[in-house]
Amino acid sequence: MLDIEDIQLSFGGVKALSGVTVNAETGMITSVIGPNGAGKTSLFNVISGFYRPQKGRVTLAGEDISSLKPHQRAYRGMARTFQNIALFHGMTVADNIKLGAHTHLKSGILSAGLRLPSTRNEEANLDKEADEIIDLLELDKVRNDQVEDLAYGLQKRVEMARALIMRPKILLLDEPVAGMNREEKSEMSRFVLRVKNDLNTTVLLIEHDMSMVMGISDAIVVLSFGQPIASGTPDEVRNNPDVIKAYLGSVDETTQNAA
Amino acid sequence: MSSAIDQSSIMPAKKASYVTDNRLWLVIFIVALAGLPFALPGYWIFFAGLLGINIIASHGLNIMMGYTGLLSLGHGAFVGVGAYTVAILQTNFDLPFWITIPLAGIIATVIGIAFGLPSLRIRGLYLVIATLAAQFILYFIFVHWESVTNSDVGLSVAPAEIFGYQFNTETRIYYFILAFVIASTIFARNVIRSRVGRAFIAIRERDLTAQVLGVEIVWYKLLSFGLGSFYAGIAGALLAYFNRFVNPEQFELMLSVFFLSAVIVGGMGSILGAILGAVFVTLLPEFLREASLLAAHGLGIDLSSILTPLRETIFGLIIVGFLILEPRGLAHLWQRARRKFSRARA
Amino acid sequence: MSPLQLFIEYSIVGIAAGGIYALIALGIIVIFKASHTFNFAMGEMMMLSAYFFYAASVTFALGPALGLIVAMIGSIIVALIIERVAIRPMLGRPFIAVVMVTFGIGSILRGIVGMVWGPNEVQIPSILSRSPIFLGDIFVPGKTARGFAIAVILVVALIAYLRFSRAGVALRAAAESATTAYSMGINVRNVVAFAWVIAAITGCISGVLMANINTLTPHLGLVALNVLSVVILGGLSSISGVLVAGLIIGWLEAITGLYLPTEFREITPYVLVLIVLLVRPTGLFGAKEVERI
Ligand SMILES: Nc1ncnc2c1ncn2[C@@H]1O[C@H](COP(=O)(O)OP(=O)(O)OP(=O)(O)O)[C@@H](O)[C@H]1O
Ligand SMILES: [Mg+2]
Repeated sequence: MLDIEDIQLSFGGVKALSGVTVNAETGMITSVIGPNGAGKTSLFNVISGFYRPQKGRVTLAGEDISSLKPHQRAYRGMARTFQNIALFHGMTVADNIKLGAHTHLKSGILSAGLRLPSTRNEEANLDKEADEIIDLLELDKVRNDQVEDLAYGLQKRVEMARALIMRPKILLLDEPVAGMNREEKSEMSRFVLRVKNDLNTTVLLIEHDMSMVMGISDAIVVLSFGQPIASGTPDEVRNNPDVIKAYLGSVDETTQNAA
Repeated sequence: MSSAIDQSSIMPAKKASYVTDNRLWLVIFIVALAGLPFALPGYWIFFAGLLGINIIASHGLNIMMGYTGLLSLGHGAFVGVGAYTVAILQTNFDLPFWITIPLAGIIATVIGIAFGLPSLRIRGLYLVIATLAAQFILYFIFVHWESVTNSDVGLSVAPAEIFGYQFNTETRIYYFILAFVIASTIFARNVIRSRVGRAFIAIRERDLTAQVLGVEIVWYKLLSFGLGSFYAGIAGALLAYFNRFVNPEQFELMLSVFFLSAVIVGGMGSILGAILGAVFVTLLPEFLREASLLAAHGLGIDLSSILTPLRETIFGLIIVGFLILEPRGLAHLWQRARRKFSRARA
Repeated sequence: MSPLQLFIEYSIVGIAAGGIYALIALGIIVIFKASHTFNFAMGEMMMLSAYFFYAASVTFALGPALGLIVAMIGSIIVALIIERVAIRPMLGRPFIAVVMVTFGIGSILRGIVGMVWGPNEVQIPSILSRSPIFLGDIFVPGKTARGFAIAVILVVALIAYLRFSRAGVALRAAAESATTAYSMGINVRNVVAFAWVIAAITGCISGVLMANINTLTPHLGLVALNVLSVVILGGLSSISGVLVAGLIIGWLEAITGLYLPTEFREITPYVLVLIVLLVRPTGLFGAKEVERI
């Protein structure tokens, strides 16, 4: 579905990514892991069009999207969440989710301002769609709450809901369980699987939590200092000596890995 | 089991009654506005007309600044563009209001975009600077393009007229303006509650996220800035028919400060806020004038010479005070009061 | 005189007039460096200082020298009050909100001056000699030349002070990053207040000079808005760039006066700003960096 080929990205003299190639297979969950500062978020920013790589190509469903702007990529079916929650404060959960539906609504300023029947229909349908996503991610209890009042884990889930209402072909998730407790983590894993199985959405996932990554991924790519050092199934990656070496710094994760 | 059924049958009904409740209040409110001239002296109706114009202009600035985060220091000059459009078209071509008013909106939009476009492409302070430049350059044109604007003397404007019926009294122009106020308020509210308005808010809050959601931010900033300028143009056009003359003095930097304080006081990013803010800043100078008359009679102090700078001081104080202490403005205070009230009732 | 000679003469006079703008620009950038605040009230601080000078030297008959000292003290006190009451509470708020606050402060100061001293011109004692200066054949009006000299001396002195004093080091540390400054044991709040004091000093001198060369009305400060515009466009990255921007404004105004009717001088800086935005939207010297996401 999403093919990233031989990406090279540097800021000034600093190489953030070099020779990175990742293929997210249709209908699969592909994970990108690596120590802090490995370049994972930078890779996402390349994929969504915020950073222009010096070299390399991004292909979505067969189309080369390398030169498209972020909003054009959204129209092609790309959705993402951010490492730091990027919800819109001062708005309810439902309104935040509705914001995600921008790409498949049509109302312009005139039809909206005059509230023409087309806009009215559109908004009514949108309400229904939002309800479906809210059900899927079990957010109905907080539907009308202000997002900033929600617990951290729930906010992450709202962000995912907002991405899902875009009906994306590919969903990019940047550390969806960072800072969550064990219970919230397993819940989120369940939702990511639900996205894959029920909605048939391809997922590209960045995550430090090894139990989650190993538990739900179909394929894993490991980055270290901007370079790909391993890739394969969870089992292959788990036993790769290079990977273990790269992670030596962060002991807790390697122990989790072994567990 | 039965309680679950009750829930589902009651909830939507409750919501519906809430909506009709609001609609009902709105109708009552509009009827009350229509009846105003029968209840109040002409002097107050005059102010109601002025207030209406300020509400429209404030809606415009609120759309740009409150909803989209595009600060404009030149709103007053764009209002001036609308006013001059009417005066010039009427003086030279004798066009009727139903042509001049829409054109005033359109020309203000075009000029607004001409000033705003280069800096709308980028983030940050550049738009603020460009609008400040617009304020000074447009004012300069009002003063110095003498052959067209008649310089400091200005242009006089005949009342708006349709089929020989002239909007030439306080009451008539009041109804004329009221129609525009209602239409512009509903239009603004509809836009805000749509895909377009949500895109505006997304840009204001987090423009990067907005892009990820598919919002083409330059286009939507342009829409917002264009719509805001259009409102300014309409307000200016009405002002021309209201004052029946147009001169540069009306559109100094002070007018931009005036609208800025209206939107801030009312509450940025709230339709109700723009209205409350406009009411506040329109009545404030009147209140000051009355107070100074009182001071003159009661205490023998003549404050009339300092009224203009006093206004300037107070508008500045309001801007600073509200931004520091209550950045969500009167609209937020109002909502809090209402929530308290309804909780007390429940 | 040949057209070229005229051009040169006007250029020199213009650059000389730009000295005061450079001084204003210095006040603007010092505050920006310390706290990333764009001070839209700089012009009104300047104008208020000139009125303080008027009040002290004329109304209270203290004479120019003592009057200047009193004006300086008054300006500093006002700057400190502004910083404490209106700027500090806005810490961490969106920069647009802070811009609006400084803009509002400008309105307050303009209004207060209007109430106290009225809308009409007042006459301040001349501190600059009128006798012209000749550079070869070129005639530079006395006040402009002397104003330039004073502005240059002050700018050089302040820059030297900022470079070598402890306070200057603290200011530069805070400009780099507030957190680093904290870790070095620098009280960033004091640095910001210090920056406002510097701005008050530059504002006071430039205000008095400006009032000497032109006339003193409550609108004297508007000139700082165009300095601010050009300075922001200049990129605000280096002090020298900002000073050059100040000189450019003076030059441009003079050259406009040479080829166009004088009233166009009021808007040339703004026209320049719009042209730059059109052809080089990220400003003149502004470095383009990839924003972190
Ligand atoms: N806009 C930028 N300008 C300069 N350097 C950048 C920029 N964005 C990222 N970097 C650098 O690129 C490197 C990779 O950062 P990135 O955020 O992609 O890492 P990451 O793998 O997501 O780390 P983490 O696990 O901590 O989120 C870092 O050294 C970072 O400092
Ligand atoms: Mg990251």
